[in-house]
This record gives sequence, structure tokens and C-alpha cells, in this order.
Amino acid sequence: MAIRRGRGVAAINYPTGMNLGGDPTQALVHSTPTGNFMVTLSSVDLGQGMKQIMAQICAETIGVPTDRVVVDTADTDTGPHCMGTFASRGTHRAGNAVIQAAREARQVMLEVAAEELEVNASDLETDGQGNILVKGAPQKSISIFDVALSAHFKRGRSISGRGMFLIPRSYPDKETGAMKPSTCYAHACTVAEVEVDDETGEVTVLTVKNVFEIGRALNPKMVEQQLVGGSWMGISHALYETTEPYYPNRDHGGTDFNQYLMPGPGDLAQTEIIVLERPSADGPYGAKGPGEMCANPQIPAVANAVFDAVGVRIDTLPITPERILRALKAQAAN
Amino acid sequence: MAKIPVQFTLNGSEKAEFIDSGTTLLNALRDKIGDTSPKGGCHQGTCGACSVIIDGELRLSCLTLAETCNGAAITTTSGLAEGGVLHPLQRAFLDTFATQCGFCTPGMIMAAKVLLEHTPNPSRDEVVEALSGNICRCTGYEPIIQAVLAAARANSQNAA
Repeated sequence: MAIRRGRGVAAINYPTGMNLGGDPTQALVHSTPTGNFMVTLSSVDLGQGMKQIMAQICAETIGVPTDRVVVDTADTDTGPHCMGTFASRGTHRAGNAVIQAAREARQVMLEVAAEELEVNASDLETDGQGNILVKGAPQKSISIFDVALSAHFKRGRSISGRGMFLIPRSYPDKETGAMKPSTCYAHACTVAEVEVDDETGEVTVLTVKNVFEIGRALNPKMVEQQLVGGSWMGISHALYETTEPYYPNRDHGGTDFNQYLMPGPGDLAQTEIIVLERPSADGPYGAKGPGEMCANPQIPAVANAVFDAVGVRIDTLPITPERILRALKAQAAN
Repeated sequence: MAKIPVQFTLNGSEKAEFIDSGTTLLNALRDKIGDTSPKGGCHQGTCGACSVIIDGELRLSCLTLAETCNGAAITTTSGLAEGGVLHPLQRAFLDTFATQCGFCTPGMIMAAKVLLEHTPNPSRDEVVEALSGNICRCTGYEPIIQAVLAAARANSQNAA
């Protein structure tokens, strides 16, 4: 009887969004009379930072500072349609819709500025600080504040835009059955090191080293935050969490936080996160969806590490001490 | 049923309310007084989201009857910022990205505040121990541990 050490590796690819009859998200953008911009969505910010990302995307597209953008989300009575925040689709689907809406709003904004400056709209550019300049003659400029006032009170123009991003439904090819059930894959690889007590079946995760390929990190600190939390959640799914430990039997399922197991602050493995950026062709500024993907590779990595440590394959989650001991017993009997 | 008068100070200001007997401090704070910074996660003392400080001690407001708080001094996370300046713990939670959905954050900050009052320069293990009654779903805890350690460093630099 001993503490045995093992190391496991797993790599995954993971789609962004889903495709059950088409996957649309709509966005609307309009300016206030003083040149701030409002993004209206029905998508929800779950805490991962969707509002911040949508504000950045809108600001980048229109050419204003991020703090000039206000994002209103999650009123399905009055907002434009969104399938929802799930399947890692928020940044990718809503972000593309926001880009389209912001481009249309930017075009109207430049047209109004062109009338004010008596130049062609195609000769104008934004400075990212709230001003519109004539290309090559930056001394000739107008603030977006003044453009919005002019649009509202003088020109009768609505500086606004509509955005709709749709991944259309994919039907299987009649001959081959081939279809495109999903798009825009993110990737990850995890190496987990564990110690397994072959007397008690207990698993201690020592280190978790993750590499995530997520397209482009639109907000690197917020991506890192989500990935660190996701890595923890992956370990939790691998070793602890279930509502039905004897599924489909409901017996012994946790009914509160005392019984439903999750690792606490004292059970953390040493965790490393590396982000690889390979911008996606159809993502907003190259982004993919890292949300669900980041909690997946730890699970097979831990299962492989347990196999490496004690030589038993556990193919049911979570990998509990009981399951390991039963497998060790069966192995010894053979 | 007759209402019960209860009086205490909340973040330094006096509060007086008539409550139903058996009302938890959590419900009194949120529904009667309007301080929604303590969160109701489990209402049975297992998640820590409702943590407040009563007379200097960390307490679960979902397991504390409001009528037992007569004359007490109660601190919640909404009382930490002074004159628009964030408390060092709030600052540190922001700087280290120690929140995502934010539901556990007020309880975490309360637990950390009591720790730093008794142990201004805690070890990592002491931080872990102090946070062990608080559950977080999003962050994986590490950023929260780092936030508390950063706040302790900031406090000791200000004191020096």
C-alpha cells in the first residue's frame, strides 16, 4: 500500500456555439444626442465579462474610447433576438453582430461629419479619442459629440446600426451524411500530475498545466480569469461533482453545499495557464469561445494520470475513491 | 403577530426597524433596510455569501436572528468604501480580477476583513483557512487568495 504518482495528458478541440436549426444573434447600436453609443442585446453577462467585451468591440469598430459605450443586455421583452449565452457563443456570435451594427452606425456618423466638414465621408477617419479627422489634414476635424448633436438636432439623422450574425443550419449530405454541426474550434491541452493513495483511493491533484488556444484574447486579463476558474472547475468535475453518484439511482446525491462536493480554497492544485492566440477567420477581431472549453481537458488528463499512477481506467465521473478502489479490487482479482 | 422593535448600527449609522419574530438578519438587512450587499446563497450557513461583521466578529447573517442584534455594531461590504475611495480589500479584488459573477464577493471580503484585523500579515495558509467557509463557483479561489494577500501587503506598506 502506497501513495503512487501519475501524470496524464489530454488535448481537445471544442466548437464555438451550436447548430440546431441555425444559431442567430442580433444587436442594435445607436448614439445618444451627445455622442455616446448604446449597444442593445438580449445576450446575458454571466459574470464572464460579456458587457465589457461588447463595449470594446463596439468602441473598436466605431472608433471611440470604450468608456463612451454603454451595453444593455438581457431584456428579452424589448431587446433584439439572441439564442442566449451558452455553448461558448457569447463573444463570437454577439460580437460579430455588434461589429455589423457598429459599422452601419459608424457609416451614418461619418456621413453627418462629412456634411458638417463639407468633405466626402470616404475621406474621413476616427482618432479613437472621440474625434473625426480628414485623412491627411488632421487639423480639419470635428468631435463625435458635435456630430451627434448635429445629427439629432440639425440633420435629422439617426446614428444607428443593425447587426445580425447567423450560423445557418447545416443539413446532412444525402449521399455521405457529412454535415457541419459546429464552427470555429478552440483548442486546449492539459497535463495533470496526481498522487493516488492505493489504500484509500484518494486522489490529490498536484499540478495542472494548461495551454489554451482561443483565437484572440480580446481582454487578456479577463480571459486569464476565466481560464483559471475553468481549470479549477475541470478538476472539480473530474474528481468531485455529481448530483447522482450512483446514477441513475438518486441515492446519496448531495442536496446542499455540505454534501455536494467541490474543491475549496484549501484543495487547489498548482495551476499554470498559457494562452495561444491564433485569430479565427470568422471571429470578432479573431476571437473564439473559450468558455466551456477551458473546463474540459482537465477531466481526461486526470483520468489518464490516475491510470498512470495505479493502472486502472475509470470511465465514469467523478473519479471517486470508491470507484478507484473497486477498480483496483477487480484488477487484483484478474 | 406583534412586531418586534430592533435597533443597531449598520456601517456606523443607526437603524431602527419593526420586524417579525424569527426574521433573519440577512432578510432584515436586505428586505427591510435595503442593504443588498450580503447575499442569500444557501440560507443554511454553508456558503458564506451572507457573511457580515457583528461587533468585530464574522457572522453568517442567514443564521443570525435580527432580534438578537439589538445594540450591535454591524458592518457589511457596502459600508467599506469611504468618501468614494474603495477599501484596500475592494481595490485588491478589482486589481487581481478576483470576481466574476460577484455573488460570493461580499462574503469573501467580510471574511478577509476580519482576518486582516486579527492577522495583518497572514500566510497563504492563514488566508485559505479564513476563506474556507466561503464558496466560489467562478474563480477557482486562487485570484481571491491573491487579492487578500495583496490587500495585506498594501496595508503594511501604508502603515510603514
